[in-house]
Order: sequence, then C-alpha cells, then structure tokens
Amino acid sequence: MKFDLILRVGVKLMIPFMLLFALYVQLHADYGPGGGFQAGVITAGAVIVYALIFGIEEAQRVVPKRLVELLVPLGVLIYAGTGLLGILFGKNFLDYSVLGANPPLARERGILFVEIGVLLTVSSTMVALFYAFSERGR
Amino acid sequence: MSALTAQLPGLQVVIPLLGAVVAAFIRRGTIAWGWATLITAMTPIVAFALLIQVWTGGPISYHMGGWPPPIGIEYRVDLLNAFVLVLVSLVSAIMMPYARRSVAHEIDGDKQAWFYCMYLLCLTGLLGITITGDAFNAFVFMEISSLSSYVLIAMGRDRRALVAAYQYLIIGTIGATFYVVGVGLLYLVTGSLNFADIALRLGEASAVYPRPVLAGLAFLFVGISLKLALFPLHVWLPNAYAYAPSFATAFLAATATKVAIYLLLRVIFSIYGVALDLKTLPVSAVLYPLSIAAMFIASILAVYETNLKRMLAYSSVAQIGYITLGIALMNQAGLTGGIVHLFNHALIKGALFLALGAILYRAGTIKLEQLGGVGRTMPLTCAAFVVAGMSLMGVPGTAGFISKYYLIVGALNAGMWPIAFLIVASSLIALVYIGRAVEVAYFRPVSSAVAHAKDPPLLMLVPLLVLAFASVYFGIDTELSAGVAGRVAETLLSGLKVGGAN
Repeated sequence: MKFDLILRVGVKLMIPFMLLFALYVQLHADYGPGGGFQAGVITAGAVIVYALIFGIEEAQRVVPKRLVELLVPLGVLIYAGTGLLGILFGKNFLDYSVLGANPPLARERGILFVEIGVLLTVSSTMVALFYAFSERGR
Repeated sequence: MSALTAQLPGLQVVIPLLGAVVAAFIRRGTIAWGWATLITAMTPIVAFALLIQVWTGGPISYHMGGWPPPIGIEYRVDLLNAFVLVLVSLVSAIMMPYARRSVAHEIDGDKQAWFYCMYLLCLTGLLGITITGDAFNAFVFMEISSLSSYVLIAMGRDRRALVAAYQYLIIGTIGATFYVVGVGLLYLVTGSLNFADIALRLGEASAVYPRPVLAGLAFLFVGISLKLALFPLHVWLPNAYAYAPSFATAFLAATATKVAIYLLLRVIFSIYGVALDLKTLPVSAVLYPLSIAAMFIASILAVYETNLKRMLAYSSVAQIGYITLGIALMNQAGLTGGIVHLFNHALIKGALFLALGAILYRAGTIKLEQLGGVGRTMPLTCAAFVVAGMSLMGVPGTAGFISKYYLIVGALNAGMWPIAFLIVASSLIALVYIGRAVEVAYFRPVSSAVAHAKDPPLLMLVPLLVLAFASVYFGIDTELSAGVAGRVAETLLSGLKVGGAN
C-alpha cells in the first residue's frame, strides 16, 4: 500500500485527530465514558494504522521498539508509585488523600496519575504485540 | 516502626510487584537475578512478621486505598493465610540462589531478565491470592499468577513447552472463568464481594435462592480444582511441569497448586461452612472418591513414566489427593493432616524438582534409562533426592510421615478405617516409583551421559540441600508445621456453622 496516495494522505490527516481524541477520552473520563484503557487503545490504534500504511520500518523509526519496551513497565511503575506515595506519607497503599488537602481534589489527582500509567502501559503493550506479530517470519 | 507494621499486608504484595516492574527495566540476566533474589528475600520477612502478629494478636484487616470493606478491597490476614504466605515466600526465597546457574543454562541470554520479571509477577499473584479478603481481587491475582506462569512454562528449551503452556493456558482460563462465574453468582445473591461479608449474608440468601448458592459452590469448586489439579482435572499438569525450565517447575510445583488449595479451603470453610451446614453440601462426597482416585491412579501413572520430571508431576497429582482427602475428612486431625501436607509437600517437591534440575544441568538428561549410576557421579544431589523421596513416601522420622500420621488418625476418628488402609497402600506405590529411580541411580553401571557429571555448583547445591534437610527436619520438629496447622484447623472448624465432630 506504499504507493496508494489517497490512503497515505488520508491516514496522515487522520492520525492527529486520533491522538487528540485519545487525549479527550483520557482526560474527559471524569465526566463521561472513557479512561486510560480506552485512550491507550486509541493511541496504539494510531501507531498501528501508521505502520499498516507506511510500513513497519517507518513506524519503528517514529516509535522505536526500545521505547515501547520501556513504556510497558513505566506505566505500571507510575501506577504503583502513586500507590506507594500513600505508604510513604503514613497512609495505606493507593490512599489518594495524601495527594492534597481537599479530598475530592486529592482523589482526582490520584486518579489522573493512575490513569496516565494505564494509558502508557495499555498503548505500549498493544504496539508491542503488533510489532511482535508483524516481525514474525522475517 | 509501628507505622511500618501497619503497612505489612500491603507491602507483602507491593514489594514483589514493584520488584517485577523494576526487573522489566533491567536487560542483563545476572543483574535481574540479583534483584529478584533481593526482592524475594524480603517477602518471607514480611510474611513471618505477619504470622507472629496474627499468632499473638488475632486477624489483621488492611483497607486498600483507605476504603473500608465491604466497599473497598480488604486484605485480611488470619492464621490460615499467614501460614500459606510464610510457606510460599520462604520456599521461593530458599530456591532463588539456585535460579542463577539453572536459568542461565536453560534460557537464552536476552530472555533471562524477562524470566525474572515474570517470576516476580507470578510471586506477586500467588501472594495476592493468599492475602486478599476480596473474591474478585483474588480472581485478578489469579490471572496475574496464571498469565505469568504460562510465560514461565513456555520459556522451556523443549519445543513441546509451547504446547504445554498453550494447554495450560486454555485449561487455566476455563478454570478462572468458572471461578469468576461462581463469584458472580455469589455477588448476585449476596450483593457483596468481600469473603467475610459474603459469609455473613449467604445463610439468608440461601433460604431465598438455594439453587444459585449451590451452583455458585459448584462453579467455584470446579474452577479452583482445575487450578489445583484435582484428579480428573489434572491433565495440564504433567506436560506443564515436564517441559518448563527446571527452576520454574520447582517454583510452580512448590507454590502454585498450594495457593489454589488455600483458596479452596477459604471457599469451603470460610464462606460456605460459616453460612451453611457443610454436611448438607456435597463437598466431602465429591472430594473422597476424587482424592482416592488421585492417590492411586496418578501414583500408578508415575510408576510407568520414564521421564523423571513427568514422574514427579504425576506424583504431585497424587499428593494433592492426600491434601484434598484431609479437607474431605473435615475433622481436627484430618484437616491438620491436609494443611500440614500442603506445607511438607511444598518442601519435598521443591527439593525433588531442584535435584532433577541439577541432574539436567550436569548430565543434560532426565530420562530414567540414561541415568544409570548417577548416584555415584553426583553423590550429594542424589542423596538429597533420596532423602526427599523418603519423605514423600512417608518414612517415619520424615515430614511426609507427620502428614500421613495425621491423615490416618483423621480417617480413624471419622470411623473410616478403609480410608486409613488406602492411605498406607497408596504410599507403597510411592515406594515403587521412587525406588525405581534409586535403583537406576545407585545399582546400575555408570552410563555415558552421567560419566563426567559431578555435583552442581554450590549456588545450586545449597538450596537443594536446605530443602532436603527441611523435609526431614519438619518430621522431627513439628512446631512450625503441624503446630500451626493444628491451630489453623481448629480455627476453621470452630468457625463452622455446624461444628465438625471429633
């Protein structure tokens, strides 16, 4: 599909909006459906559609494999680290009340951090799976 | 200090979880091994601290995220799970030094760090299932430990490891699905996911919805039985154990099935037993024939097996039969026997599989017919194998004898002398398959495969000898094993709605 002009231009136009929509799903989850998992899937979808049209080498130039392998544990580390803050400040694991004086605000912050961790792990895991399958038999 | 003590239940799971995440950043196998050893060594310290706290002060409740149960996830530590936590973390910590050489020998360099990451995740899942007081949280941890153990098994050198891991994946997923369907049914009738809270409401719910409550038990029972390899549901286990890397086999054999048995105990005694009369539920009626079938059929299959790892895997299925037999007896001595065998069998099977790993490391084979005279070229390894093997048979003075003694007393107290006879008779089959290995190792001429073999390096030898020694030591000093197991059985039985007789 490397020489199909319509697909190439169309996908190039779509990808910024896909990423923006992912961020919307990520950050608007307080008020509507969504969250880190859904946003992560949409983000990974953007990378995967790019790889489908422009080829796996081009995609790995933009999103290198090493980066993906780092992001998988990094997301979990952000999640668990947020939980650990609770223990460090004398409360239980994942107790968000240590993140601020105002309880609703503290919880919102805690959920924000945790969801960023989810976004990173889910999106990078999906991309890693796609890379693993597309590299088979090469 | 007291602030840290209060955090112990959380740390029990958080330490290996963070350890696994950090291990995923490490690329070098040896560094990842050092890190995993350090993390694993911290878990028994936490577990022992919890056991001491529970022993003196009664059950601990830890509220995840500060949300009180039944809304939030509760980590609830009582004697039963503190005991299992100590077992799982201690055996893992003893085995870890062994991993370095064995894993380096069997797994490609660039995959070793991932192996340790998966191992720590599996440990996290197992400790999590054991410590949590929430039925759905237990399911999540069950998935964590299962998914990582599929990876551990698939990393075996033999190509058949992939098929074995796939088989386990399918069956394990069915098991987890059954478990979650059971939890769903309980949630429908009680409106709660907290074990203690479900137990509180189940009696009332059962009067209104008797069938869903019974169906829930059936789903939970079958789901967990798949995980613990109860006799006709054991088909995944021999291949998974035979083709996994040696360290993964020893680790999973010593811990994974034990944690599943713990969950079965929890469901039977802490949920259904508290709310309903266990005598009216078909728990024992199902467990008796399956346990006895496991003790005999799996033992006989082990006799005809020439791959030593598969032989011990069948033997594991048989030994699980003894543990579930203890559960089926539902009296003080029988239950003590079941729980103490959970502990002893972990030590014994750990030692036996480590010995096989050492033989594979030096001789390159674990096929019985190629191992003639291995007892003369690898004296300490084979001595450890024989000692642990005698404990497996239940020779007086070993840990295995203690388990079987309690089981036999339990059977006699329940007025079932034929079962006592069957326990002794099936132990004799263990004598046949262990004896066959001993005969090949000591009384055959030295074969070409083992001619240049010698005992493994100290890092592998010491964990093996420690576990072999423990499988005899706990036959003489039974304070930690039978002492605690006895009190656990007492607490479980006294919590029943209709107390177990005898």
